[in-house]
Parts: sequence; structure tokens; C-alpha cells
Amino acid sequence: MITLVKRPMPSRMWSVTTPIIAVIATMIAGGILFAALGKDPVAAIRTIFWDPLFGPNAGYFRGQLLVKAGPLILIASGLAVGFRAGIWNIGAEGQYIIGAICGAGVALAVFPAESALLFPAMVVAGGIGGLVWAMIPALLKNRFGVSEILVSLMLVYVAQNLLAYMAFGPMKNPQGFGFPGSRNLQQYPSAHNPELIAGTGMHWGVVAALLAVIGTYVLMHRHIAGFRIRVAGEAPKAARFAGVVPARLVVACLGLSGALAGLAGLFEVAGPSGQITDAFNAGYGFTAIIVAFLGRLHPIGILLAGLLMALTYIGGDMAQLMLQLPAAAIQVFQGMLLFFLLGFDLLTNYRIRFGGAPA
Amino acid sequence: MLLTVEGLTKAYPGVLANDGVSFAVAPGEVHALLGENGAGKSTLVKMIYGLVKPDAGAMRLHGAPYEPAEPRAARAAGVAMVFQHFSLFEALSVAENVALGMENPPPMRALAGRIRAVSNAYGLPLDPNRTVGDLSAGERQRVEIIRCLLQDPKLLIMDEPTSVLTPQEVEILFHTLRKLAAEGTAILYISHKLEEIRALCDTATILRGGRVVASCAPRDKSARELAEMMVGAELKPVDRTGRRAGAMVLQVAGLDLAPLSPFGPALRGVGFDLRRGEVLGIGGVAGNGQEELLAALSGERPTAPGTVLLDGRDIAALGPNARRRLGVLAAPEERLGHAAAPDLSLTDNAILTGTVRKPLTRKGFIDKSAARSFAQSVISAFDVRTPGPDVAARALSGGNLQKFVIGREVLQDPVVLVVNQPTWGVDAAAAAAIRQALLDLAARGAAVIAISQDLDELLEISDRFAALNEGRLSAPRDTAQLTLEEIGLMLGGAHGMQEAAP
Repeated sequence: MITLVKRPMPSRMWSVTTPIIAVIATMIAGGILFAALGKDPVAAIRTIFWDPLFGPNAGYFRGQLLVKAGPLILIASGLAVGFRAGIWNIGAEGQYIIGAICGAGVALAVFPAESALLFPAMVVAGGIGGLVWAMIPALLKNRFGVSEILVSLMLVYVAQNLLAYMAFGPMKNPQGFGFPGSRNLQQYPSAHNPELIAGTGMHWGVVAALLAVIGTYVLMHRHIAGFRIRVAGEAPKAARFAGVVPARLVVACLGLSGALAGLAGLFEVAGPSGQITDAFNAGYGFTAIIVAFLGRLHPIGILLAGLLMALTYIGGDMAQLMLQLPAAAIQVFQGMLLFFLLGFDLLTNYRIRFGGAPA
Repeated sequence: MLLTVEGLTKAYPGVLANDGVSFAVAPGEVHALLGENGAGKSTLVKMIYGLVKPDAGAMRLHGAPYEPAEPRAARAAGVAMVFQHFSLFEALSVAENVALGMENPPPMRALAGRIRAVSNAYGLPLDPNRTVGDLSAGERQRVEIIRCLLQDPKLLIMDEPTSVLTPQEVEILFHTLRKLAAEGTAILYISHKLEEIRALCDTATILRGGRVVASCAPRDKSARELAEMMVGAELKPVDRTGRRAGAMVLQVAGLDLAPLSPFGPALRGVGFDLRRGEVLGIGGVAGNGQEELLAALSGERPTAPGTVLLDGRDIAALGPNARRRLGVLAAPEERLGHAAAPDLSLTDNAILTGTVRKPLTRKGFIDKSAARSFAQSVISAFDVRTPGPDVAARALSGGNLQKFVIGREVLQDPVVLVVNQPTWGVDAAAAAAIRQALLDLAARGAAVIAISQDLDELLEISDRFAALNEGRLSAPRDTAQLTLEEIGLMLGGAHGMQEAAP
């Protein structure tokens, strides 16, 4: 019989190695899946993990890597802070949309302004938009004890409908020949979030993501505020004893994650996407949850996990294109990654013992 | 002999919990198992009750080999056990709780009748229709005992049964146990309260480090001799000298607080004064507002203006850190999860409460090396047995973690220190060290509030004594002039429980 024995202390070694083992297990299980679909598993894995970085067209894909990883890392950094505290913001997708609408709204309202101040103003508006959207679950939780998980999730669908309304209504491009969608901010110089170094995919959102990684690292691992956030997640009573006021913690954590998600939305709409359309959001807010956990809720881990997740997006697209793998197979593949991670995670806190059950 | 135990051995990873334990219990005998925490008493009775399988050794019941594979088998053989921690559903009635523990419960009405009959017969009257959540700790224990008695046991095991009882309730319990013994039921009685064992038990088997070190008739020994057999060393009494009552420092008046848990009590009109250099003992059975009182004093739960004054200044609205800044520190009862975060290292747990009065941060940034050396100084000053300050709090034994928690607060040089159950589950040597540390702190001019269920402890260290009962605090009285009888009455007597007329 196999039994699990709780370790007296969480294992350092396993906590670092489980993500790597999870990636390897995903590759193996994914390979079996692809083989079952009648594709060459080695070719499929190489297409997903190798070709985007070192394959024949890698020059183009490498830039895409940062474009996709930027918003994931930015959103996941904020989410991880809340998750550490046991505050579950599942609605980053909604905050991302609202951030984009608010930021783009500022630019579109003053079109065609030419001012160096416009872009910074959009950044502020995007951040505030996401923050305000996240304050709705925060206030409902503090005032009425409503679950922030449900409220933040449901507000995603509200935000999506608001997005569609904006794309077909108030924000529709008056010179767009009746097509839905706003003016393209890429053709609006003072509002555009351009590629900073050609060919790298680096834009202000990527810079913000890196700053968020550094900022949350300093907060969570160097500052007393982050220490208290961590304690709140591990032992709520001990946190209260250490002076944490739960209601303030809810506001701070949802506010931070909402603001960062809003920023990610703004940088996306002003840069790679360019337009408010009803299909603007691509699920970054949800994928960021996987990124946060894959990165062990640790800023450096999130940086790496964001890049890895971006890679599976790009590689998955390539595999669809070149090997005719179904899109669902790629999603299953990404899901496996989280599944294996959470599964192997058990080893951080438990040892496996073979043989008789101890008393 | 009813039960004979021969050479029982049980090893857990890294520790030999029982090492060749042998003893015997005769029918109608009240047999004490004595020992410190970790001496192996619990493992031993768990083996007898079928919860743990011995690695080696044998047991015989009524002369026949006895190897219970599970508690059900033990119960079928006539062995029953009352655990220290009750397993009762608060929202269900007494009869429903009893039915849940039975293999084939009779119809509710019949069961209620049997509960009434058995409880009256043994002097433990109990209304089967009352909701357990409304019962006092003593009454809850009756439910557990009745549950066992309905099985008509030949051997009744009781694990620390008096830790939640007032002296009057203890008397009633002993009366019942003596009656059971007179009818031929053997009782295996686990406790570390020596006076009780001397009053109740016919024989005692003393365990130390998993081995039987002595057996004796407890009536022939003094409590001190028994304690020294348990500890295996001479005990030195605490030193109470060097303290002088100084200026008034803490005044609490008209303190009300809503319960922290659904069946918990509300604090109502709690009030007392405290001087520097003084130790105020607050006794009471757990669940009578101790946690609430600590939360109100530590600042975790702010209370109405003017209810808590420090040096005449109103601090009722201040949170824990603001109070720490003024010197009001606390050590809550629940070590893992409240006083300390289980998965954090001792260094991090030093940061938990230490940043306000110790320079462990600079502009909000944690100074890890300062925190580490503070944790190290707590470890050395309080003799905390641990490989080092980087070990997770949950890896420490209860006694060692408690020494760390108390030491962490004491070394912050408090003006007022509030401790709840400072030595609960702590071995005798560590408990003595903690009590001495509290007295030394008071001798240096701090005021100490010790909330405890252990009356012997409070009589040993406190200058004045007050009882907390159902959220109300009695007026503090000089400890030196109190008898155990009076203390019992202050604690609410038998909580309205009575023995049935014979």
C-alpha cells in the first residue's frame, strides 16, 4: 500500500524541481496524446517547444514570445500577491478588458490629439479602470461577506458585454465604413504603444511586466507588508495577531491585481491589438492564473512560467498550422501542465511511503 | 487480572514511544498512568483501545489473548474510552450524539429513556433532549461517559478527564468513578494532576521516555515524590521573590465583546486593575471567554472607548501593533496558527510580532540577519530545543514552541504581558521554566496576566486571582487567602450540575 506522510517542513528541493518535472511529464503525456491523434509525437513536441525559439522562422516568433508573455507576466504578478494572501481574484480577464476600454477611451475622446502626455494619461486611466473594476468584489466581500471568487468571475461576463457594446456603439470608428471596432490606435501616434526595439516584441507593457516582477519581488520577499500578506494566506489568525486588518488586505490585494490587469489591457489595446473590438480579449486573464501557479506564486517563477506559457501558445499555433493538430489538443496540452504541476506539488509537503499503513 | 499488558513496544520514526511496557489491571481497580507529555501514555492506551497496533508484545483480557484490530473490536471486548478532546456535534442533541456512536442505535425514544436511567444511576443526570452546543464542558464530558457506560464496559479508559472541570465537577466525577469501580469496572486513569491521582487511584504505573520506571500506591507517596518519579529529577520550587507591586498600569472596565465562535460566550462587563510587578491569574474552564479576553487585550478585537486604559490612556480602539508600541504584548493559547504561523521559520515567526519593539526592519524592509539573531537569542535564552532558527514552527514539539512564543514576547520587554494557557501541553520542566520566566518578568516591573485552566499553576504564580465564567470575570482576590473550595465556587461551582439523589 502507498501512503502519504506529511513532511515536518516543506521540501525546498521539491518546491524548485516540481515545475521542471511537471513540464517533462507534460511533454511525455502530450506526446502520447499526439501519437494517439496519429501525429509524430517528437515532431509535435519539437514544433511546440523548439521551433519557435530556434527553428527556421524563429526570428519572427521570438518577438511574439515577449508580446504574449508580457501581459501574462504583468497580470500573474498581481494575482500571485492576492493568491498568497488567500484572496482569489479570478476575474483578471474582466479587469483587463475594463483597463483597455478606459485607456482607449481617453485616447479616442481627444482624437486626434498630439501630446506627449496622452500615453501616460492612458496608462493611468487603464490602471484605474482595472482597479475600480476589482473594487466591486472587494467592497461586496468586505460589506456583505460575498465570495470574491464568484463576483470577480461573473464581472468578466459583464465586462465582455460592455466591450461588445463599446465596439459596436460609442467607440465605433466613425470612419470605419460601418465595421465594428474602434479606430486603430497603431495609426494614432501619440496613443500608440510601439515596439521599442524593432524585432524584439518589446513594448511598454513588457517593460511594465518586468517592473512588476521586480516590484512584487521586493514587496513579497523584502518588505514587511509582503511578509504580512504571506502570513495572512498561511495562518489568518496569526496575521490578525500580527496586526493585519483583513478588510484592508482584501482592498489592497484586489486593487493591486486589478490595476496590473488593467494596465495589461491598456498596453495590449494600444499596442499589439490596436483596436477595441468585441473579440479583443484573448483569455490572458485566465491563463495568467495558470502562470501564477506554475511560477509557484514567486515573481521569478512567474517570469519563467509566463515565457513558457507564451511559448506553448506560439508553438501550439504553429503545430495547428503545420501538423494540423486540433486547437483543442493544444488546450488539453496546456491544461496538462497545470494538472501535473498540482499533482507533483504534493511532494513538496508529503513524502510517499510504500508499504504498510503507519498508525 | 482483568487486563495484562506484557512487553508492549511501539516505535515511530525517530522515537520509541513505548519500550517493553508491562502492567496489569484488576477488576474494580482504579489504575493511574502517570507521566509527562511524550512519556508514552497516549500511545499505550491507543494500543489498548485498538487505535494503534503494537510492534511487539502481547495483551490478555480476562486471561484470553487480546489483539484489537480497531476500536470497534475493543468496544466489543468491553473496553471503552473517554478522550480528552470530545467528539460531539454541537448542533445535535445529547441523544442524537450518543446514537451516532452506536453500532445499532435503538429508537430515539428508547435511547433517551436509557440515557436518563443510566445517567441517574451513576449520579450524572443528563437531559437527552438538550443541544450539546448549550452544555458546559463538564456536561459534555457526561455525554461522552454515558456513551461509554451504555456499552456496559469492563475497562474504562479516561484520558485527562479533569482538565476541563471545576473542582466541584471533579468531585462529582470521582464519585461516579468510585461507584463504577465498586461494581467491578476497572478504570485506567491518565492524568498529570497528582493530587487527583492520590485521591482517586489504587495503583499507579509511572512512565518516562516510553518505559515503566516505577509503580506504586499513590496514596503512600507525596505529590512531590510522584512528580520527581515522573520527571526523573529533583524539582525546585519557583522563586517568587523580588517583586513589589508598583504603580497602576492597566485598567479594564465595562468590557463587552461579542463571541468569536458560534457557541462561544460573549464577554460581559469585564473589569480589573493591574499594577506593575503584579501577576494576575485568571482561572476558568476553557470556552468561558478566555480567547475573547485575550483578543480584547491584545487589540485583535477593538472594544468600546474607555474600556481598556494603559497608564490612564484609552487604548481600547488601538490594534495589536499600536498596543505593542506602548508595551502591551500577548501570547495566545493556540500556538500553531495564532501565536505562530506553522509553515514559517522561527526567524519569520520572530518577525511576526517583533518588528514593533525590536529593530527588525529598516523603513519597512526586513532585516533578515537582525531577525535571525533575535530568534536565536529567544532560542538560547529560553532553551528552545531546535536545530536552529530556520526550522519551521510546526517541526517543534508543543513545549518547545511554547517556550519560543513566550520567550519572543518576554524578550521584547513588555509593560503588560497577557498569556493564555502558558503551559498547556508542556512538560513539567518546560512548564516550570515558563512560570519562572513570567515571575522574573514581573520582578523586573512588568505586569503579567496569566489566563489558565491549571489552578495549581495560578496558585503558584499569581498574586491575585479572578475567575472567568460564561464571559463574566469575578472580582480579583488575593491568592494567598483563597482555598481551593472558594476558587471552585468562583469558577461557577458545578455549573448548575448536581449529583442525583442516591
